[in-house]
Amino acid sequence: MIMEPQVRTLVDIADTPAALAGQADIVLERARWAAEVFRRFDHTLTMSIVDAVAKAAHETAGRYADWAVEETGFGVAAHKKIKNELTAHPLVDFYRDQDFVNPRVDEARKMVEIPRPAGVILALAPSTNPIATINYKILIGLMTRNAIVISPHPAARECSVDAAQLLSKAAQEAGAPDGVVQIIEHPTIPLVEEFMRSEKTSVTLATGGSAMVRSAYSSSNPAIGVGPGNAPAFVDDTADIDKAATRIIESKSFDNSALCTNESVLIALESIDKRLCQALRQNGAYICDADDVDRLRRYLFHERGFNVETIGRDAVWIAKECGIRVPENVKVLIAPITQIGVEEPLSREKLCPVLAYHVVRSRSQAISQARAVLRIAGAGHSAAIHTTDESAAMAFAGAVEAYRVVVNAPCTQGAAGFSTALAPTFTVGTGYFGRSSIGENIGPQHLVHWTRLAYNSSPDEAFGSYHGVSVNLAGPLPTAPADGVPGSTVPAVRASFNASSAESLADTSREELRKMIAEELRSILRN
Amino acid sequence: MSEAKLDFLDRSRAFWNPGKTQDWQDMGIDLVIDRREGYYLYDMDGHRLIDLHLNGGTYNLGHRNPELVQALKAGSERFDMGNHHFPALARTALAEALAACAPSPDMRYTAYGSGGGEAIDIALKTARHATQKRKIVSIIKAYHGHTGLAVKTGDDRFSKLFLSEDTEGEFAQVPFNDLNAMEDALRGRDVAAVIMETIPATYGFPMPMEGYLPGVKQLCERYDALYIADEVQTGLMRCGEMWGCTKYGIEPDIMVTGKGIGGGIYPIACVLISERCGGWLKEDGFGHISTGGGAELGCIVAMKVLEMVQRPEVRTMVKYVSDYMRAGLEQIMAAYPDFFAGIRQHGVVMGLEFNHEQGAKPVMKHLYDNGVWAIFSTLDPRVLQFKPGLLMTQADCEEVLRRVEIGVGLARDEVMGSSRHSYRKSA
Ligand SMILES: Cc1ncc(COP(=O)(O)O)c(C=O)c1O
Repeated sequence: MIMEPQVRTLVDIADTPAALAGQADIVLERARWAAEVFRRFDHTLTMSIVDAVAKAAHETAGRYADWAVEETGFGVAAHKKIKNELTAHPLVDFYRDQDFVNPRVDEARKMVEIPRPAGVILALAPSTNPIATINYKILIGLMTRNAIVISPHPAARECSVDAAQLLSKAAQEAGAPDGVVQIIEHPTIPLVEEFMRSEKTSVTLATGGSAMVRSAYSSSNPAIGVGPGNAPAFVDDTADIDKAATRIIESKSFDNSALCTNESVLIALESIDKRLCQALRQNGAYICDADDVDRLRRYLFHERGFNVETIGRDAVWIAKECGIRVPENVKVLIAPITQIGVEEPLSREKLCPVLAYHVVRSRSQAISQARAVLRIAGAGHSAAIHTTDESAAMAFAGAVEAYRVVVNAPCTQGAAGFSTALAPTFTVGTGYFGRSSIGENIGPQHLVHWTRLAYNSSPDEAFGSYHGVSVNLAGPLPTAPADGVPGSTVPAVRASFNASSAESLADTSREELRKMIAEELRSILRN
Repeated sequence: MSEAKLDFLDRSRAFWNPGKTQDWQDMGIDLVIDRREGYYLYDMDGHRLIDLHLNGGTYNLGHRNPELVQALKAGSERFDMGNHHFPALARTALAEALAACAPSPDMRYTAYGSGGGEAIDIALKTARHATQKRKIVSIIKAYHGHTGLAVKTGDDRFSKLFLSEDTEGEFAQVPFNDLNAMEDALRGRDVAAVIMETIPATYGFPMPMEGYLPGVKQLCERYDALYIADEVQTGLMRCGEMWGCTKYGIEPDIMVTGKGIGGGIYPIACVLISERCGGWLKEDGFGHISTGGGAELGCIVAMKVLEMVQRPEVRTMVKYVSDYMRAGLEQIMAAYPDFFAGIRQHGVVMGLEFNHEQGAKPVMKHLYDNGVWAIFSTLDPRVLQFKPGLLMTQADCEEVLRRVEIGVGLARDEVMGSSRHSYRKSA
């Protein structure tokens, strides 16, 4: 009998600091190499890579939506598919007219601004929106010619690894440098911390649990982290109550509230309380009685905090789990609460279709209660108001500590930029209120800095003529010969990247892409 | 130079090797390596050098690579050198790991030496046993080490000195890249094996012409000789694949790996032997004995080395390093076309050719002054061996190119201008 050789580990050092650092280092150095080559790419080639990756993400949106739901148990596959699609072509199109590659010439100020990619982006992805976050972070990284290393959430590891590898392949097939997209296949906290702390990481884009975000900020490296959400939504007496109710239910049931932009506490003026409850019911809400609320409270909040089992579960499932009888078509559980603050756990963030409901006597009380909601959690994140009175909107938005206040729209989608003009994002900057470095929706503009050539402003000194003058965009590195290996001895093709042929290629595929995007948007709107 | 170094060099002359110590001083290289880390060496006076010599790939993964140091430390909690007579856990585990990545599927056995030369001797003895023939064919200016048999395959400078050259007509040498000469040497069917460095290193990495190595392999098959691949410098990803011979389509009968396999931290060398050549291992397993060969701590380190070089990231890194260096060197070559005459390259195995019979020596010297350590080719001093590590960072590669540009410029002025120094003396 012939035995097959086995590769065994006699002395296992995998968990030692040296091994963890070594593992992180080699992935990050590969990324640094990729970034170094990528920054030589021109706009056309860069965008053709971005479009190819968006296409791959779009085509697999449904498959990964199903996989993510199956692996994590969170959310609604149909909604995840929409999110995955939105973070493909529409995301790219949102930024299509912005150029993060070519220098900008500002004649008036006698300045030239040259884009300088961050380098290597370490992108953490949460379990709640694994694929959409991966799509989004990879695409904004590629638009700005950065290398990206994804750190998936362990609970969504398998679908995340598969998806990131697929996008990596798509990028490479479209001409991206090898290693421009990588994923940490077996993430553990000490390993990810090694990545965050390495000098080779330019910036960590942290979306996920607070512990990870804080850890990113204490890593000594630049970080863009976001705090948790806990959005208060205020329904004013001037609101169109029916529309408000429809939007709130649509929002709260979207992907079973797995997005951090979902409404957490609904605040209603006394005068419209009855009408609003009625309208909510008509849209699929179940209004809990005091006993139900008690059960929900005990079930959703343990001593250790929020019951993660319930993240992204549907309303009927949750009701069953805590012994509340509800009709099968209920989409959202409304839990009336009389207090907001430390004494009421239900005023905390709930990543499930349970909406706390609090009635106030006046607008000013609504504002102080909304501020209280964000004091518990969610500072700097999102809030919503339903009103037709601009002064109410201004008073509310100027007072609550949130950097986006969505008006007459579903907060889940609106704050993330999918039913408002906010930038589409899966990283919602929580700014200084939320102990974060950025207060707007994170986009590609945050992954590139600009070198500014600034001329003497004296009128004696003329500004130069920079049109047509460019930085080195030589494209991919030529392959070095492997002397003596057939087909490789000939001095490698030294001809630099042929820009004109790539351009025409990109033009045709762009036309196709536009058609596809239009089609896809239509289908999303129909749903 | 510090007092301390002067004093040390006197001691080195007095107690270690007067000739070698002095030769380096004569060449203007006053290097005494002290601290070392990653791809950096620090002279005892503090001068930092980026190491592009790497002792021929010994420091492929860098000096004192933390993972290898960790493996050695952890290994020493359980193992020592081991007893070379007995079946041993680490030795068999490494043999299996090697069989799993061998260049030919029928390579099963591994025999161990403590260094490359010893492993070469084992390979040659194995071939002689398997074929029951004595004659060995090697390449003129090949370098396979300085042990008893290995030294006879190489340049007679090293064998005659010790009255150890072949006197029985058992070792024949033929020119590289000459298939006719090879066929002439094999035609008599009295040859046990041809031993080939996949790319002759000490000869300055002349590259095999297309079809040369496969042609040699065919001739071996035709004339019943074995093909021994010396992968001491070309293996372990240096050519972009695990073994350089694979890139040329060769499945050797016997293969030797050394240097880098011990990670620069524990000396070990290995001979991979195909089933059909391993007869002596059954006939008399005690036939070759070496106390230090295959020391188990070395095996632990070597297994880590194998695991590390097979990481997918390494493949990409080697490609980046070789493409990037090539692009940069071509620019430098374009700046000094009358002096910097050519680049020989396969992956991170590179030789830089200069237009002067000793040209690599002033380049070496000026690179040394500019913080880069790369050594000339002993057997062809026109060529500088240029051997970046597998894991070189982009920043370090850029540093190297910046310094090489300066160093080559200075060397060119010295050689092509009014040359004041003479580099005719060889090491
Ligand atoms: C190709 C080759 N084979 C064999 C050897 C001998 O190895 P060692 O010095 O470990 O005996 C060397 C050493 O330089 C070498 O370069």
